[in-house]
Amino acid sequence: MAEQASIDTSAEAGEGVRRRDFINIAAVSFAGVGGAAVLFPLVSQMAPSADVLAQSSTEIDISAITPGQAIKAVFRKQPVFIRNLTPAEIAAADKVDASSLRDPQTLEERTKEGKTNWLITMGVCTHLGCVPLGAGEGEVKGEFGGYFCPCHGSHYDTAARIRKGPAPKNLEVPEYSFISDAVVKIG
Amino acid sequence: MSFPWANEYKPAFGLTQWLDEKLPLPRFVYNAVGAGYPVPRNLNYMWNFGVLAGFCLVLQIVTGVILAMHYAPNALVAFDSTEHIMRDVNWGWMMRYAHANGASAFFVVVYLHIFRGFFYSSYKAPREMIWLLGVVIFLLMMATAFMGYVLPWGQMSFWGAKVITGLFGAIPVVGEPLQIWLLGGFAPDNAALNRFFSLHFLLPFVIAGVIILHIWALHIPGSSNPTGVEVKAESDTVPFHPYYTAKDGFGLGVFLLIYCAILFFAPNALGHPDNYIPANPLSTPAHIVPEWYFWPFYAILRAFTYDFFFIPAKLMGVLAMFGSILVWFFLPWLDTSPVRSGHYRPLFRKFFWFGLIPTMAILFYCGGAPAEEPFVMLSQLASLYYFAHFLIILPLVSSIEKPEPLPFSITEAVLGKDESAVLNANPAAA
Repeated sequence: MAEQASIDTSAEAGEGVRRRDFINIAAVSFAGVGGAAVLFPLVSQMAPSADVLAQSSTEIDISAITPGQAIKAVFRKQPVFIRNLTPAEIAAADKVDASSLRDPQTLEERTKEGKTNWLITMGVCTHLGCVPLGAGEGEVKGEFGGYFCPCHGSHYDTAARIRKGPAPKNLEVPEYSFISDAVVKIG
Repeated sequence: MSFPWANEYKPAFGLTQWLDEKLPLPRFVYNAVGAGYPVPRNLNYMWNFGVLAGFCLVLQIVTGVILAMHYAPNALVAFDSTEHIMRDVNWGWMMRYAHANGASAFFVVVYLHIFRGFFYSSYKAPREMIWLLGVVIFLLMMATAFMGYVLPWGQMSFWGAKVITGLFGAIPVVGEPLQIWLLGGFAPDNAALNRFFSLHFLLPFVIAGVIILHIWALHIPGSSNPTGVEVKAESDTVPFHPYYTAKDGFGLGVFLLIYCAILFFAPNALGHPDNYIPANPLSTPAHIVPEWYFWPFYAILRAFTYDFFFIPAKLMGVLAMFGSILVWFFLPWLDTSPVRSGHYRPLFRKFFWFGLIPTMAILFYCGGAPAEEPFVMLSQLASLYYFAHFLIILPLVSSIEKPEPLPFSITEAVLGKDESAVLNANPAAA
């Protein structure tokens, strides 16, 4: 009986598509779009919240760092290494042919013009995110005199470039600018 | 479904008869793990670990729910509330030690359960679905255990969270945004701790659900057995209750002896002292290792130190680590030998005892060792063999091996002769 009735309706409409098909597709599509729209807040709630994002810049006084010294600062709850390179360390970094490196970059590309002695990088190993050693007084600096990550043995040179070990990239240089000679703003 | 000779549930009392009509839950239990489930009569002690794993899940849920009554999932107080449980809460120390060591016990029995599957090829048709669901349970267990380890918010918790979520950062293009999304920040902090707590509470119940599917799928073909010969007649089986409830009860007793010995006499033997230092985002512990049950997979992760063609070493390590478990999903189709049990497969047996087992032992050891030579080289060789075993050796062995003769039936394997083999050449039940 039901079959009979539906054939009659389509005959009345005079076309292949029935009113009921249209209503079906429209209703299911509408529910689908609605469901997808609900999914967005469910996924988005896991992204960093406003207070986490609000910590996105930090100002640091660097006047007390003498050549050869480094400090650890905090930026977005992660360590930042600020290092005042000695002329010997700069020379050691410049001596290397950058194109031969895993992540080819020169010291000049990793520092600000006229401030090549200020090496500012994230203190987060690009392998799996440990804090490398080398910024603190008396810490191991690795085979290339820069940083050494104890977790899986990545060695970074005096320009914080990856030289040996499993890390794929150089230590990340965050966005920063010098507000004055004594203060640097990170982020 | 069950064998036609399975005992039928007959409620004896008015109340149970009434209940059986309205909601046949007792009948369901009777058929699932009672006298209504016929099981091969020749199961050895390797068949104890399924029940033990179920016991561990219950243990973890009970102790975990209790711990959640006293724990506060906030980065400011999480460490202190853990110490509060250890020092101030009545029996809190026991609940926490029972839960932490319970996780280890759970992995011990599950690993033995999995190795039973490897040796007796329990994954073969018609039991592929049981195996696939089992691998899903194992993956869920790993996720649950990892998130639980983060909750005390000690140094190992924090850096474990950082390293493991860092794995997702290795994925090209979407990796870094994905990692930030998973953590709800740029490094593990309150947002990550809270969601890990929420999921750590949820996942055990998801595991319980998948276990129900696992057992449901098991009851369609029925349990496997050490000969790998399918059940042919009633003489091949005994009812689960009382035969295997008794055997499992004995196994449970032995398990509890060992578990309690560790719980009460060496509760920190399997942990890391560094996790009693509050989380410090600015200082990485000198030697980060996961809990022992992740060591083999951690060794595979660290084995990749060189770029592989165009794939960076870090991504390769991550792919290999996940791949080392995902390969299990394909096991029913990689091992094409018609014979199940390793007892009747001379070549397979050699590769199992002298290939796979030593390899797993080496990976296990290297995963806990520092990332230096000779451990890096050893884990590279072992990783290579691990994948070769599943992807090359198993299919090859299956095609060239000449299996030893199988017994006619389970009964013959047990008694040395099977009446039905003579009297009834074509048993109706087969």
